[in-house]
Amino acid sequence: MSTDLVNVTIDGVQLAVPKGTTIIEAAKQAGVLVPHYCYHPSLPSPAVCRMCLVEVEKAPKLLPACVTTVAEGQVVRVMSEPAMKAREGVLEFLLINHPLDCPICDQAGECELQDYVFQEGRAGTRYSDYAKRFSPVEDFGPDVLYVPNRCILCTRCVRFMDDVAKTPVLNVSERGDRAYIGIDQDERLEHPWSGNVVDLCPVGSLISKDFLHKARAWDLDKTASVCPGCTQGCNIMIDTRDDVVVRLRPRANLDVNRHFICDTGRADYRWMNRGDRVEVPLLREGGKTVPADWDAALGRLADAVAGATGRIVVLASGRASLESLGWVRRLFDGHHVTAAIKVPLGGTAPLPGIPDLALRAERVPNLDGARLAGYVAPWDEAVSAMEGAALVLLLDVALEDAEVARLAGAGSVIALASVDDERLKGSALLLPVSTMAEENGTYMNRDGRVQRFTQAKAPPGMARPAWWIAAEAWSRREGGRVVPETAALAFAGLGGSIPALAGVTYADLGVTGRVLSGAAAAWTDRPAGTGAR
Amino acid sequence: MGFPHPPHPKETVVLSRYFGDPGARSYAGWVQRGGYEGLKKALGMTPEAIIEELKASGLRGRGGAGFPTGLKWSFMPKGDGKPHYLCCNADESEPGTFKDREIMRWTPHALIEGCAVACYAIGAETCYIYIRGEFTEPLAIMRAAVAEAYANGALGENAFGSGRRIDMVIFRGAGAYICGEETALMNSIEGKRGNPRIKPPFPAASGVFGMPTTINNVETLAAVPAILLRGAAWYKALCLGNPKSTGTKLFSVCGHVMRPGNYEITMGFPMKELIYDLAGGMRPGRTLKAVIPGGSSVPLMNREEAETALCDYEGIVEKGSMLGSAGFIVMDDSADIVYEVYRLAKFYAHESCAQCTQCREGTAWTTKILERILKGEGKPDDLDLLVELSDNMTGKTICVLSDSCAAPIVSGIRKFRSEFDRYFEKGVRELAP
Repeated sequence: MSTDLVNVTIDGVQLAVPKGTTIIEAAKQAGVLVPHYCYHPSLPSPAVCRMCLVEVEKAPKLLPACVTTVAEGQVVRVMSEPAMKAREGVLEFLLINHPLDCPICDQAGECELQDYVFQEGRAGTRYSDYAKRFSPVEDFGPDVLYVPNRCILCTRCVRFMDDVAKTPVLNVSERGDRAYIGIDQDERLEHPWSGNVVDLCPVGSLISKDFLHKARAWDLDKTASVCPGCTQGCNIMIDTRDDVVVRLRPRANLDVNRHFICDTGRADYRWMNRGDRVEVPLLREGGKTVPADWDAALGRLADAVAGATGRIVVLASGRASLESLGWVRRLFDGHHVTAAIKVPLGGTAPLPGIPDLALRAERVPNLDGARLAGYVAPWDEAVSAMEGAALVLLLDVALEDAEVARLAGAGSVIALASVDDERLKGSALLLPVSTMAEENGTYMNRDGRVQRFTQAKAPPGMARPAWWIAAEAWSRREGGRVVPETAALAFAGLGGSIPALAGVTYADLGVTGRVLSGAAAAWTDRPAGTGAR
Repeated sequence: MGFPHPPHPKETVVLSRYFGDPGARSYAGWVQRGGYEGLKKALGMTPEAIIEELKASGLRGRGGAGFPTGLKWSFMPKGDGKPHYLCCNADESEPGTFKDREIMRWTPHALIEGCAVACYAIGAETCYIYIRGEFTEPLAIMRAAVAEAYANGALGENAFGSGRRIDMVIFRGAGAYICGEETALMNSIEGKRGNPRIKPPFPAASGVFGMPTTINNVETLAAVPAILLRGAAWYKALCLGNPKSTGTKLFSVCGHVMRPGNYEITMGFPMKELIYDLAGGMRPGRTLKAVIPGGSSVPLMNREEAETALCDYEGIVEKGSMLGSAGFIVMDDSADIVYEVYRLAKFYAHESCAQCTQCREGTAWTTKILERILKGEGKPDDLDLLVELSDNMTGKTICVLSDSCAAPIVSGIRKFRSEFDRYFEKGVRELAP
């Protein structure tokens, strides 16, 4: 980090920024958004849209803020008359061939052309007597359509494929106003990260087939989350409409995924909308499965834990939050516990232009968090350990038939499950839990970064977060100790057993997470009768 | 010299001395005519001394911008350990300009010699000569000449025994106007789409292949050997009063003149004499209406401006235009300014590289408006719109193609307003009588 600071004044705001900062980034720090199209903080700047022209005192002409670096004593005017007139001119030029089909365009509502025209464009057209350029829609790849009529030739997509994906299949074809984004002959947008061109497109020119005509942008609720797809822990937004997840999009985190997510993560949201859910706690009574209220179910769970003499096996999903893993583990403090998470494996897919960003082989978001919480047994070992175990607790984990068969050897089975599974109907207790999309929580990624995800949709029926179930049962076992009522408190309560988390709160994690030191230290059991609040 | 015309007595032939003399094309013929002495002399000088000599001569870029050549060469970093490059801009795609073509056709070794001197002065081992795609004959001649220069030891790993390596690569363009823009030319050499680059960084810092590069026009480089041989003072004295514009320059004159062709005159020569004496004046019964002096990319001059202007960088600016590449497009009273302006706009719309919004959309839109005026469907408001669009297209883009489109439009409307008004009134194109 350069320590040389440069003093600049941007629209009257004086500030000092590191030497080498571009005007557009300095302006952001001054609270001034310089309108722009081709500029993107994760791509090289070609300065072609000419939208970010600003007035710089003593400069003979307007300068592009995206490539002009600040100089000492510089006075920049973004909202001055010459700058605004230039931008109005650019907007007019961009609109003459733009179809203005906003009513049927997926981008409407989150379109930068709409936004800036509304902000500082001309009200009427002076191009009404001429036909607009027309080109048919093109199929660019498995999930990407190109609508050339809407294209403003900002070339973000071309630069993403060239400089970030390092798979240069897109280009600018033709010249003058005949220009369009071309795709090389016999090529498709099949790079495992190519879906990002849809997000990068500032207008509705590159659109997702999966999201096509699914929802209007203004009907979406957008929730900050973390991709549960692999150990990379890319930051995402979960967009829901009427409590249904309709798409996942990257959320900026310069230390993890910059502005990108892979297509695998992007596409993996349908499980969040499953309808075949466990909605009521189910108890096994007299050979029958009967619904129960939470009080009865939690009492049964506490009794089962108290009565368990011998080995306890916990098989958890790698999607379980740190809070859930931690509190389930705490429920068994003082017992002989074999705990493991299931880690499906897949191929890796790096994004070459960004260091340390890839779709990882371990397709769970919380592998390192699970280790921290004491889920350290190898999976096969834990499965074998079920034979003769006093109690097996399943934490929303998907089991193979062979693994389900091994449950028969255990004393009693308690299943915390989100999805209704016939095979688990014989469990002593079947308790409905929420998925990561339905609760607040944290994951720790492969770099030891603990990141928050937040609730995007309502859990069905009586489903509750697993940490709540575990904490409530623990409270009963501990004689009515106060239990955490929120995920934030559940997280704060983990510090007692996980030294790396001691004193860390949700507020400390912020929106981009925090890398914890000493994250290698494992779970320490706390004797019964002591513990967190 | 407007070959095939014999030189006019008022010309000062330096560059064009051997135009029309096929014997000057060969290496032996060129040496016979005193060629390669400038290079030999240069190789015995220090690079700094060469640059100082050029600075003292007052030689300025002949491609259009008129930047002092010695100063440009002095911007090249010294001792940076990086490969340096020289690019010779032989793309000459500016409408109305055909001087570089003749240099390459008749005196290819003058250009090679100038390039070699420049390579030595700027510490470059490689020179790219970027020749316009349509120039098939100059290309063949240049290729043959470069091969001959290698064969005779003027080029190669030990140029004239100096111990310096000077390589020359002929690169053929693919026929895009914009590739004559220096940074677009560099992209083209690198095998990329010929889009102009943002400056800074300037070529001396990061040019072709990201390395320090000097780029000069053919005529500029061809002028260098004579300056070294005959001295800066001689060259500087070749001017008519204005010490800022020195030496001789080739002026391409085309259009409605009796003797179109290239004329080599000293800087500061009266434009009136160039048009009426050297180029033979108007056709019988015709009078001068307008001149576009700098290729097509500069404002139009009306008759009064053209007849009082002096042909040098400052003299033409004084009369409201620019010297540019000194390709004079002369129009007599039969010319239809609206049509001419439309034709130029259409050219720029076709050649816009499509990077910058104002240029991509503006050149096409202004063309459509002019087309409509020509059809008799225009409205007087269109002129205000054209002027405003032109303003939005000027000084706001990466390169000056957009400005070049706007300049003839705005000057056409300002200086020849009545011709536009006639279309609004009569509604049809008025053909020349």
